[in-house]
Amino acid sequence: MTRYAGNAAALRGLVRDQEVHRDVYVSEEVFQLEMEHMFPNSWVYVGHDSQVPNAGDYYGTTIGTQPILLVRHTDGTVKVLHNRCPHKGTRITSETCGNTGKFFRCPYHAWSFKTDGSLLAIPLKKGYENTGFEQSHAATGMAPVRHVRNYRGFVFAKINDGGLDFEEFFGESLSSFDNMIDRSPVGQLKVAGGVLRYMHNCNWKMLVENQTDTCHPMVAHESSAGTVVEVWKKAPPGTRKPMAVEIIAPFMSPYEFFENMGIRIWDNGHGHTGVHHSIHSDYSAIPGYFEKMTAAYGEERAKAILGENRHNTVYFPNIMIKGPIQLLRHFKPIAANKTLVESWTFQLVDAPDMLLERTLMYNRLINAPTSIVGHDDLEMYERAQEGLHSNANEWVNLQRLYSPDEAGQTNVAVNGTSEWPMRHQFRAWTKFMTMGM
Amino acid sequence: MSMVAEAPLKNAVPTDQELIDFVVREARLIDQQRFDEWLDLYADDAFYWMPLEWNQTDPRLTCSLMYEDKLLLSIRVERLKGARTFSQKPKSRCHHVLQTPQVDSRDAAANSYVTWTPMHYVETRLEEQTLYAAWATHHISVENGRLKIKLKRVDLINCDAAFGNIQLFM
Ligand code: FES
Ligand SMILES: [Fe+2]
Repeated sequence: MTRYAGNAAALRGLVRDQEVHRDVYVSEEVFQLEMEHMFPNSWVYVGHDSQVPNAGDYYGTTIGTQPILLVRHTDGTVKVLHNRCPHKGTRITSETCGNTGKFFRCPYHAWSFKTDGSLLAIPLKKGYENTGFEQSHAATGMAPVRHVRNYRGFVFAKINDGGLDFEEFFGESLSSFDNMIDRSPVGQLKVAGGVLRYMHNCNWKMLVENQTDTCHPMVAHESSAGTVVEVWKKAPPGTRKPMAVEIIAPFMSPYEFFENMGIRIWDNGHGHTGVHHSIHSDYSAIPGYFEKMTAAYGEERAKAILGENRHNTVYFPNIMIKGPIQLLRHFKPIAANKTLVESWTFQLVDAPDMLLERTLMYNRLINAPTSIVGHDDLEMYERAQEGLHSNANEWVNLQRLYSPDEAGQTNVAVNGTSEWPMRHQFRAWTKFMTMGM
Repeated sequence: MSMVAEAPLKNAVPTDQELIDFVVREARLIDQQRFDEWLDLYADDAFYWMPLEWNQTDPRLTCSLMYEDKLLLSIRVERLKGARTFSQKPKSRCHHVLQTPQVDSRDAAANSYVTWTPMHYVETRLEEQTLYAAWATHHISVENGRLKIKLKRVDLINCDAAFGNIQLFM
């Protein structure tokens, strides 16, 4: 049964001012339409250019559910190619990353392609003479994703030609990337430490929404963070607070903390929590770091960079970054009820190793499939995914601190427990879902 | 659930059989969810390490699935008992099948013994049951006449795969 395909009005009807219909989470049809329309209309995160430092280096990933490759071309630029042979569709690389040399060679019939995707050679080429091959789709080689932008190392791509250009899409939200990158004394990040991959039996948007859900930590994480606080109370007085306790305990901060920390709303579904302070504000100083930053930027600028304590910055549709701890979470949709969460970490080039150590500890304690904090969250997502099959109520409520004049407002800072960011994400969802329909 | 309480070592230097029994006992305490007794097998400065990378050598600047000291392990054990630990309502159960542990090295002078144990581990909750294959390496020493784990390293055969929840201990 198709209810939504080609029906922009029906799709718009799924999102109301203060609630959304459950089909945005549970309907396979809506999911397929997200893959066909919403993801290709959006600027989607692909990867970081430090994953492909040398010519011929590639990294395989997805935009929505489509397989793509990030590759360093011979001219030094990064390209994004559809990871599909133009001959019979074979995926060109199966390893996640590697070096292909000067060209890709399909393992099935040995067609080869330059690292910008263009067709290089076909064995027994004369078999295509007088067949009109030059006019075929196949003759163009591995299709490149045409709209690619490398923003200070972070590579985004947009599959469709329509839609917004990069600057328009992101607007002022790029300031969170700037802050994360500027935390390196030389203004450069490098993917480091390995990626944590965590499978979730829930819709990808539940994860995105949760990044700005500040009314859940003290409740859902009472079991993990609350236990940390309780166990730590029993430590002999004067014991130095371990890094792990510094990381997890603030999840138990009271409502007022989260109300006051603030939320900022930008255009197109982007926004961040932690305008004034955040759960990352009170980490111990890392020896030698501030001195390096002061030497690089001068004291005033160094203080301004490190004084930003943005908590979670959500970039619509499906990533979140944590500037103060150099972490990026990528919520990769697989099916309406299945999402792969990849948590990537970055080294601040030319900063003390201890920062990377803390970043990795954070990632392991919060984002691993073995993480007790992760267990708390996933339990809630899975229960929601199941509960939504109840016919008692087809709507999910996103009404907290709603104000009728909020639509269209941008670059505003509001109460940190508002569900405005979620409403805002769904306004963007409608926009990019129905764009060009 | 009865199991003979851990006996002190007969001599200052453990026999191979005593090391083997110790490793088997650790797995049994986990399977029987006797987590306080289990934690007691760990030295105060112990670490439980589950690498993320194949042949990983560094737990500090390479991420791991777990790299936890006794404080973090005790937090896990407390959390499993918590009334509001919703991911454990209902509780997970687990099951170890160990190959006979092999004593890889014994250095009585340094008070350091290392065993290597291939194993299958099953964790289950509600309708889901997941099988993991792994190798456990135990670094053991003698403290006050008892064996203690200084480091337990669990290398999953598919350490780099995407996993769902792993909630108990391998
Ligand atoms: S499928 Fe790639 S060369 Fe035939
Ligand atoms: Fe959470």
